[in-house]
Amino acid sequence: MGRYVIRRLLQMIPVFIGTTFIIFAMVHALGDPVNALFGDKAPDPAVAAQLRQSLGLNDPLWLQYLHYMRGIFTGDLGKTFSGEQVTSLLASAYPTTLKLTAVAFSIEVILGIGLGLVSGLRRGKSVDTLVMVFTLVVISIPVFVIGYVLQYLLGVKWGIVNATAGYGAPISDLILPGFVLASVSLAYVARLTRTTVAENSKADYVRTATAKGLPRRRVITHHLLRNSLIPVITFLGTDLGALMGGALVTERIFNIQGVGYWLYQGIVRQNTPTVVGFVTILVVVYLLANLLVDLLYAVLDPRIRYA
Amino acid sequence: MRGATQAKFAAGAIAIALAATACSSGSSGSSSGGSNASGVVNAWWGDPQNPLIPTDTNEVNGGAVLNMIFTGLKTYDPKTAKAMNANAESITTTDQQNFTIKLKPGWKFSDGTPVTAHSYVDAWNWGTYLPNGQNNTDPFFTAIKGYTDVHPASGSPKATTMSGLKVVDDNTFTVALTSKFSTWPDTLGYSAFYPLPKAFFADKAKWEAKPIGNGPYVISSWTKSQQMQLRPNSTYSGDQKPKNGGINLKVYTDPNAAYADLQSGNLDVDNGLPNSALKTVATDLNGRYINQPAGIIQTISFPMYQANWNTAGAQKVRQGLSMAIDRATITKQIFNNTRTPATDWTSPVLGEAGGYKEGLCGDNCTYNPTKAKQLIEAGGGIPGGQLTISYNADGPHKEWVDAVCNSINNVLGNSKSCVGKPVGTFADFRNQVTGKRETGAFRTGWQMDYPLIQDFLQPQYFTDAASNDSHWSNATFDSLVNQANAEGDTTKAVQDFRTAEQQLVTDMPAIPLWYQNGTAGWSSKVSNVTLDPFSVPVYTDITVNK
Repeated sequence: MGRYVIRRLLQMIPVFIGTTFIIFAMVHALGDPVNALFGDKAPDPAVAAQLRQSLGLNDPLWLQYLHYMRGIFTGDLGKTFSGEQVTSLLASAYPTTLKLTAVAFSIEVILGIGLGLVSGLRRGKSVDTLVMVFTLVVISIPVFVIGYVLQYLLGVKWGIVNATAGYGAPISDLILPGFVLASVSLAYVARLTRTTVAENSKADYVRTATAKGLPRRRVITHHLLRNSLIPVITFLGTDLGALMGGALVTERIFNIQGVGYWLYQGIVRQNTPTVVGFVTILVVVYLLANLLVDLLYAVLDPRIRYA
Repeated sequence: MRGATQAKFAAGAIAIALAATACSSGSSGSSSGGSNASGVVNAWWGDPQNPLIPTDTNEVNGGAVLNMIFTGLKTYDPKTAKAMNANAESITTTDQQNFTIKLKPGWKFSDGTPVTAHSYVDAWNWGTYLPNGQNNTDPFFTAIKGYTDVHPASGSPKATTMSGLKVVDDNTFTVALTSKFSTWPDTLGYSAFYPLPKAFFADKAKWEAKPIGNGPYVISSWTKSQQMQLRPNSTYSGDQKPKNGGINLKVYTDPNAAYADLQSGNLDVDNGLPNSALKTVATDLNGRYINQPAGIIQTISFPMYQANWNTAGAQKVRQGLSMAIDRATITKQIFNNTRTPATDWTSPVLGEAGGYKEGLCGDNCTYNPTKAKQLIEAGGGIPGGQLTISYNADGPHKEWVDAVCNSINNVLGNSKSCVGKPVGTFADFRNQVTGKRETGAFRTGWQMDYPLIQDFLQPQYFTDAASNDSHWSNATFDSLVNQANAEGDTTKAVQDFRTAEQQLVTDMPAIPLWYQNGTAGWSSKVSNVTLDPFSVPVYTDITVNK
């Protein structure tokens, strides 16, 4: 187990270097960011040269990348064009996005597994049909449409919630955005849970457990659900990273200044340190979530061992 | 229990990985909370691109704040766009080249230090000094003697201060220009010319975190990328005293989010209305909506540096193309009347006295399909056989470019005569334009820096001027502009500029399309929302209803 974790952690190093370099190169390929600083006007060549010099844009790409990597290991992720440290942006943006992701993830887990379990246990009944129709509708509508529609109805028309997240993004303002962000994954989780629950409910061990006279509740939670959740957890693990990335759209709709906001700004303004910094953290989150999922398998299924 | 130990391992693994990637957690920059005192206006804002230094700010979001926290030598009347003395007591000259500027005594920055002649001269010298890398000095300071010494086109600067600036006493300084520029004093209302306090030079980083100015408002708190709170400045000495208890600028990434907030009462003033709302905005807001021309003109420019576009025939083609564009229909259908069809190369905000002339372009800018087709055919057809109009795809341009092309295609009876040519990002698009890599037409726009006809013509059409993207060059135009700048009498100067503008009518290096309107909507909580000539809300005038 310990060796396995160490091996996985070591594997992250090449992945980390590879992804940062690819992102670095891609932002670089977008063009010269200095020109964008001058708005609709032609850049003053002297100032442009000065800025390129001070931003190190005259160096070859690999050298810029090396400079950047050296900065990363001393905790310096570079600056935006308005002079803010990327690290301070990360510190203000990630907690916000994490809050949103946590809200979305909770909704996804509770509602998704709950709905899936109910409909899996009552296959063919009207509850099942209802869940299937609901999830189908959610899956077929793009997230931003769900977002705008719910924002208009709940926020603008009926005034039940704030239309956008207020200053500091309090949790109460994040419930609607969280639901929107989770909606599609929620539908997948429900459908996935339903299928595996329906499949496993006919399995021998469930029949044995029932025959032993265990209460239905215990059969479901300890035998049926625990075995049925393995594919669901795989999905949830990979989805955690997707949620943080997908927050880009949701954050725009509900004006939440999180990771998505800064990624968007960074791309529009071609600020390499911002984009690479934020994506790097996303990559790390993704890798760690995957590791966590793999380790959770062993918790759920004693037959799985890592050496 | 095995499960428990494994869970511990997982947590440990994550901790190690986080430590390995040196994920440092700095302090989150939040300061005071969101409790609003009564009388405070919540207004739309976007994150400024550069530090809020006057010489480094060239976009509207930074500019809006600078106008609130600074007052320069002159200020522009919100209604007539006329330049009036603000911090300046008088600006005098005898030869249109050497100016003496006297300040009103007793003005203070919000930190209590006095505004002196040094505040201006030091700020201008600092801003133009090349190693400081300020991106908004050209063309504002280029007229001042000694500019090229501190800001050479290449190489390192020969001096740290401009020889044309001399402090006489605390309230007086003189400015020598390199050539005659009669309307120069009227440029001084622009934000690049604002003064800077001693605190800026002492500790720039500290000042940038919370800028100090001499304007009607003072920044009370600023959480970068989220919101800025501005409150009335108690040391302000000017005439534009705030009529409200302060302004809270809220940063929005998406105009739709702001509009949703405006409708639900979380936002009071929204001058970043989304295009999708323009059709319904007047009814959505019960008429609390303003839509008026701004100092912005949109044009389509031609690459005059390409041999096939710089011929006598191509001149006819350009005129014909201008006539082939049905401006009235496009502004109505695509822009819901938030653009006004252009009939000259300036803007209605200048007023007739300031140089705007309705219909100056005449027939060449009037939709006339028959004559358009004749002209294009007489000129030998579109160079290269097909007109491409290049634009940046990250801005809202696709719709109107396609509409313009449609209009041209309909006139020529060929669905392939004109196509839009999107370029991914604005920066990339500008690279192609400034790198002279355009082979067809491309979108250009001009937002005035100060309400002068000079600003609409000289930077864009004078030979090799900073924003002469088409690289058009015309000796008559150049000499008329020079003549206008030497003219002591403003009325005569404006007349000369207008005569110069006539050259554009025949040569048509850029087709005027429309003037952009400024729009704003507001909530029922506030009144007296107006837009200045720069289509920025006049924040000081907004009142909060009881």
